[in-house]
Amino acid sequence: MTSALLEVRHLRVEFPTRHGTLTALDDISFDIAPGEILGVVGESGAGKSLTGAAIIGLLDPPGRVAGGEIRFEGRRIDNLPYEEMRKVRGRSIGAIFQDPLTSLNPLYTIGQQLVETIQTHLSVSAQEARRRAVRLLEETGIQAAEQRIDQYPHQFSGGMRQRVVIALALAAEPKLIVADEPTTALDVSIQAQIISLLKRLCKDHGAAVMLVTHDMGVIAETSDRVAVMYAGRIAEIGPVHDVIHAPAHPSTVGLMGSIPAMDDERERLLQIDGTMPRLTAIPRGCAFNPRCPHVFDRCRVQRPDLLDAGATRAACWLHDVPAREVA
Amino acid sequence: MIVTPLVEVRDLGKIFNVSAPWLNRVVERKPKQYVHAVDGVSFSIERGKTLALVGESGCGKSTVARLLVGLYAPTAGGVQFDGKDIANTLSGSHAAPLRRRMQMIFQDPYASLNPRWKVLDIIAEPLTEHGLITDTKALKERVGELLKSVGLAVADMEKFPHQFSGGQRQRISIARALATQPEFLVCDEPTSALDVSVQAQVLNIMKDLQRKQGLTYLFISHNLAVVRHVSDQVGVMYLGRLVELADKASLFAQPRHPYTRMLLDAIPDIHMSGRPRTPVHGEVPNPLSPPSGCSFHPRCPHANARCKAERPALLSIKGVQVACHAVQEGRI
Repeated sequence: MTSALLEVRHLRVEFPTRHGTLTALDDISFDIAPGEILGVVGESGAGKSLTGAAIIGLLDPPGRVAGGEIRFEGRRIDNLPYEEMRKVRGRSIGAIFQDPLTSLNPLYTIGQQLVETIQTHLSVSAQEARRRAVRLLEETGIQAAEQRIDQYPHQFSGGMRQRVVIALALAAEPKLIVADEPTTALDVSIQAQIISLLKRLCKDHGAAVMLVTHDMGVIAETSDRVAVMYAGRIAEIGPVHDVIHAPAHPSTVGLMGSIPAMDDERERLLQIDGTMPRLTAIPRGCAFNPRCPHVFDRCRVQRPDLLDAGATRAACWLHDVPAREVA
Repeated sequence: MIVTPLVEVRDLGKIFNVSAPWLNRVVERKPKQYVHAVDGVSFSIERGKTLALVGESGCGKSTVARLLVGLYAPTAGGVQFDGKDIANTLSGSHAAPLRRRMQMIFQDPYASLNPRWKVLDIIAEPLTEHGLITDTKALKERVGELLKSVGLAVADMEKFPHQFSGGQRQRISIARALATQPEFLVCDEPTSALDVSVQAQVLNIMKDLQRKQGLTYLFISHNLAVVRHVSDQVGVMYLGRLVELADKASLFAQPRHPYTRMLLDAIPDIHMSGRPRTPVHGEVPNPLSPPSGCSFHPRCPHANARCKAERPALLSIKGVQVACHAVQEGRI
């Protein structure tokens, strides 16, 4: 596949600590096609935000990419020098973070921040940059953008700030946006607005999105495909409809079953006992095996790779057809 | 036979003084400022049932929770617990027996447990504080029972909070709340800090305990899907007031108030059943200067002149209580 916008192959991220090296991401591989929205979902600590951070080159030290590669439009970006990566970030890959308050500089007006971003990446005059900034703010649904552009972040509400952050991420017209929990800090009614805004704007600008969230509902609403992460690995990846309606990995089944939905009449929620293992104590074999209702001997010793499982791909030995026939 | 509710809240109000300091008011000529965090809220909860309060941040739902357990004193109205007024009792000398009967579970399992105390001491504190058990051996036995009832091991009592995950800590909070065998539990967003799989564990435990011990819950949440799962009755709050109070079934099948409809529409649909959704407009206004009339009118698609001028009362319509002129006039 040469058409992929972003290719991640066997990505491995390690954190060296005094007590040994922790492998936070292990053998992550996926593609994002141009204009596609890929949802990345999982429980806290599954490594979903870290995957996003690795792609935009913002891993917190001592974390480092220890193996594999990340290619953007065919060009390797995981080993770029800092200054080179700065040019990619913003220009080719935009980022939206969870907390709209900390991702804006409180000492500059939002206009200054937008104009700076535009002029850093595109060679346009100050007037043109400001015109573009106003247009972006209007596109994100900010009323009276001409006046509000000269205001400071504290003069905006949480939802409005997240709109400004989206405008900032789109300012240099990147081809990919990494959005890390963009709606988690917002109220439900604002969340719905921001989701539809993000979806519409990315479609208009032709940007692909890697949407990191713990909220399966948000994924269902927006994404084309979804990757479900568990303990630093991809447990299942596939078209969003198939993963939600016919999950193939037992951890996805558990994740889906534990979500109270608006249209279910169950008295009890499906419960997977236990919690996700810590990085210091990832079990041998499949990381999910201590919690898995279908566990068998092979799961405890050998780690499964992503295998074809109907419409999706799942890292689970249940889907290893020849092995199952032998057994 | 008339069932007397366990908890009865009448016209509850709480005003916070958020004025600038005196000198600033004098120098900068700023007026005094007050926030009506809770305004004229009335509801009752029957024994063994769950009432859920939902709303967005700043709607006053947590303030109601704190008023109910006496962490705040109300500025208007009152709360009756089992026929007794809470405000008088909790300030008097007979407070302890009442406090024993109502407990609270907080949102953040990282902040609500003392990190320097062992789990044993955390769960035993209410027992010794109320003088229920003084013998050390009996105390340990009881704490062990409580830990088992929330799905933790007896040996966990010798550990410290940092040795537990978020979900396990929330179970410790539940065990502590259950220690005095209360009848009424106020749960303020008990699962919003937890992952969904852990949330499912905690919700299941809470439901099991309710069935076994006949507990009554006030459940505060912003997540309507969770509310639908746990509650019998649902109250929807907006800017400090109840806008709709209904049975779970009727509220979710036929939401009346435009705000309730908007909230339901705002929930991302996980099963993508393609139900039509009306887009949500606007944001919650600043509670310092709430809109005139119905506080929802700037965002409401059905607002008219009356809504801007006159505040609707919570009236009973077809078994559902709604505060909306449009519903009461039969416009929607």
